[in-house]
Amino acid sequence: MTIMKKHKSERDPLFHVVRRTDISFGKAMLIRVLAVLAALVLCGIIIVLITGENPFEMYKYMFDGSFKTPRKFWAMLQDLALLLCVALALTPAFKMRFWNIGGEGQVLMGGLGALITMKLLGDDGAHLPHAVILPLTILAAIVFGAIWGVIPAIFKAFWNTNETLFTLMMNYIAIQIVLYFQFIWSGGSNTIPIVNAGRETSTYAGWLRLPAEIDPSFTGSTVVPSSSGFLLNIIIVAVLTVAVFFYLRNSKQGYEISVVGESENTARYIGINVKKVIIRTMIISGILCGIAGLLIVAGTDHTIDTNSARGYGFTAILVSWLAKFNPFYMILTSFLIVFLQKGSIELASKTNNIINSNFAEVLIAIIIFFIIGCEFFINYKIMFNPRKKRKEAEA
Amino acid sequence: MEKIPAVRFEHITKAFGSKVVANKDVTMDIEKGEIMALLGENGSGKTTLMNMLSGIYRQDEGQIYINGEEVHINSPKDAYDLGVGMIHQHFKLVDLFNAAENIALGMDKKVTGNAKKIEKDVREICDRYGFELDLKKKVYNMSVSEKQVLEIVKTLYRGASILILDEPTAVLTPQETDKLFSVLRNMKADGKSIIIITHKLNEVLAISDRVAILRKGEYIDTVLTKEASVQSLTDMMVGAKVELDIERPDVKHKTRRLSINHLTILDKYGVKVIDDVSLDAYSGEILGIAGISGSGQKQLLEAVAGLQPAEKDSSIKYIDPETREESQLIGKSVSEIKKLGVSLAFVPEDRLGMGLVGNMDMTDNMMLRSYKNGHNIFTDRKTPHDLAEKVKEELEVVTPGISTPVRKLSGGNVQKVLVGREIATEPTVMMAAYAVRGLDINTSYTIYRLLNEQKKKGVAVIYVGEDLDVLLALCDRIAVLCGGRLNGILDGRTATKEEVGYLMTKLIDYGQEAETYDYHEEA
Repeated sequence: MTIMKKHKSERDPLFHVVRRTDISFGKAMLIRVLAVLAALVLCGIIIVLITGENPFEMYKYMFDGSFKTPRKFWAMLQDLALLLCVALALTPAFKMRFWNIGGEGQVLMGGLGALITMKLLGDDGAHLPHAVILPLTILAAIVFGAIWGVIPAIFKAFWNTNETLFTLMMNYIAIQIVLYFQFIWSGGSNTIPIVNAGRETSTYAGWLRLPAEIDPSFTGSTVVPSSSGFLLNIIIVAVLTVAVFFYLRNSKQGYEISVVGESENTARYIGINVKKVIIRTMIISGILCGIAGLLIVAGTDHTIDTNSARGYGFTAILVSWLAKFNPFYMILTSFLIVFLQKGSIELASKTNNIINSNFAEVLIAIIIFFIIGCEFFINYKIMFNPRKKRKEAEA
Repeated sequence: MEKIPAVRFEHITKAFGSKVVANKDVTMDIEKGEIMALLGENGSGKTTLMNMLSGIYRQDEGQIYINGEEVHINSPKDAYDLGVGMIHQHFKLVDLFNAAENIALGMDKKVTGNAKKIEKDVREICDRYGFELDLKKKVYNMSVSEKQVLEIVKTLYRGASILILDEPTAVLTPQETDKLFSVLRNMKADGKSIIIITHKLNEVLAISDRVAILRKGEYIDTVLTKEASVQSLTDMMVGAKVELDIERPDVKHKTRRLSINHLTILDKYGVKVIDDVSLDAYSGEILGIAGISGSGQKQLLEAVAGLQPAEKDSSIKYIDPETREESQLIGKSVSEIKKLGVSLAFVPEDRLGMGLVGNMDMTDNMMLRSYKNGHNIFTDRKTPHDLAEKVKEELEVVTPGISTPVRKLSGGNVQKVLVGREIATEPTVMMAAYAVRGLDINTSYTIYRLLNEQKKKGVAVIYVGEDLDVLLALCDRIAVLCGGRLNGILDGRTATKEEVGYLMTKLIDYGQEAETYDYHEEA
């Protein structure tokens, strides 16, 4: 008999990994819940080891960040809506495999469009009535966002430029443009005052709000600017979520987006105009980003600065991917992100910075890591090889 | 002493998920110094079985013995250490490296640096078995057959005594195949065991000593090649008697459907890939297109389909079967052609990359042709869903369900989905490029049958093929392309293989200019 080279695996390993082809929804959910629990346990151990604090108290603070008072709860919903809106905006582009990481810039430009209209036509300018300014504000936000979205799409469609770099660079241009307006309209303080809400002449022209009877947070002179428009923003984003879901899943255009994303060759073969689809989809993506900008400027902040987009243009990428581009799952993933963000702020303030925001971010990272990592166990199964057989092999 | 087989599979079972059993209780031997052909329809589990031997998959149940000893192959490295080497259908080489560097890759550090020793050892292997290999040549400059030689030499250099070749001849010309077979015989004489997976039965008969047959994941039998015939192997593979004659119904109601005139197409470098081709296609006939691969077949079909711009003075006219109205197709896009009322079915060469979307399921793939129907902004999913069910039923598509992504289906089933969809558009012109490439014999015959059905319905069928026997048996006329030129049209009923072969390689009627033309550049 020929002599064989010795090889390492003389016996079966302890386990091997097998791809799952079918997993029930419930089981997949159970795995995700277990992953979150495991992450909390690990975070707890780290908290105790490093700070000596009681981890349950820490988790309670984190929970408080979103749920302690009605106001906190509304603020959480508000942020969730805004983040979700940006994620909805990016998703059609992602489904087309067009890596739009320019959400930040598109949101800023949308917001800037709204602000410019409100400022030039409102109390500081033409003094037009609210009923005229509001539609123009909405239109401006949409047009600005769409333009910022379509420029990289046109270059991609006709000259095959790299959309990732292009959209990223457009962010910086948007920031500089906003900075310019911040400079000329701030009167040197670098903060643009709240528009159309001057002490004597408050017209709130262009503000996105519900009538006072429905949303009592806004009542004439006793306006609390940061809480007005909460409900309306949330309603608008809820409608958009449903709309984007059906647009992507059931519309002809949504189908074209999927085909172009999967295979441009197949799209051409079947007679889809690929250039047109790329441009059209990025206009839609830009419009939705513009709406997010509108909600921020006309619905929430009533002013703008370079941080107005809150980094959501980037965070939304995570939201969209975690939800596998399903708008309804995105509600959950954006809740997760916002909950963790709010929780870490609360945690930092409540513990007098024993756990500062950096440490809180470490905890957030651990939780997200577990949530992403558990997908492995949803896609693959670990099969333990029976003991008996291994013993036989050893013998 | 009892003869110990080189490889023995014992009760091997492998399942993917709960629905697909790729191998079920397979027990078989491969002897030392033999060439064994592994035969089975698409999706019968041949490749899966070999992947377990080469360490890519791990069996769920059963044992593998090599040279009489039970082994546990947990990675391709384990397989190499045991002397098992697999040459995959898609080569695993680094394009930017030369042959020697590719061989050195992944070896011991001591070996990698020692270029001289590698060269000497590789020379020795090449001389022993009769390989021709230029060690300094970069992989991106190599032809398919050179790459294959490199893969085999690489495997031998790593000390493989059991070689698995997955469809090695699918991409080779007949001459290259002969060359490959001669080195395989040399290797066999040297005591190596060779397992070859192929669908081409005449090659099985030419090269192998024994044939093992799998059907639907189960081992059927092993027979001696000298006692087998194409018919007997097919019957065993399919599990029923198969009619191996291709039908050729007479052409009826022949009217002109497509008129191609002075078609000239340039590629992106400005080279003529189709040069002044004039050709008619008639209803109720199958027009075969023969030629060495890359002679312009693809561009010709794509020009008709509206995917390929042509030079001026080119003309492709479509004659409507009802109104006899002529419409020009050149310069029109796919959707414009569709709007003209031209019902064109096109089965492209690249099935998953062009004809279908691999990640989509059967329903969504059926929808590719129909999603625009209706004035609603929403798509109609019901009709394509029913069509998917119908295609699955009528063409016997093997799939866990119509919601499985089509890329997970085996090659033959993918083709059935594609052809089924195209036929469902009720075409007046049907074009199919290499429609049976990589398909097992049973599925191939299903495709021929479907094309013949279209012909009988009065469709003008254009069939681009590579197997001359099939072209001669199936087609009514055969147009032969050579270097982008139409080199003659033969009657499929009277033409011989030699005539077609001659026209494929030698331009006629073009005088002196033609003789200096280098055909091999095109091949």
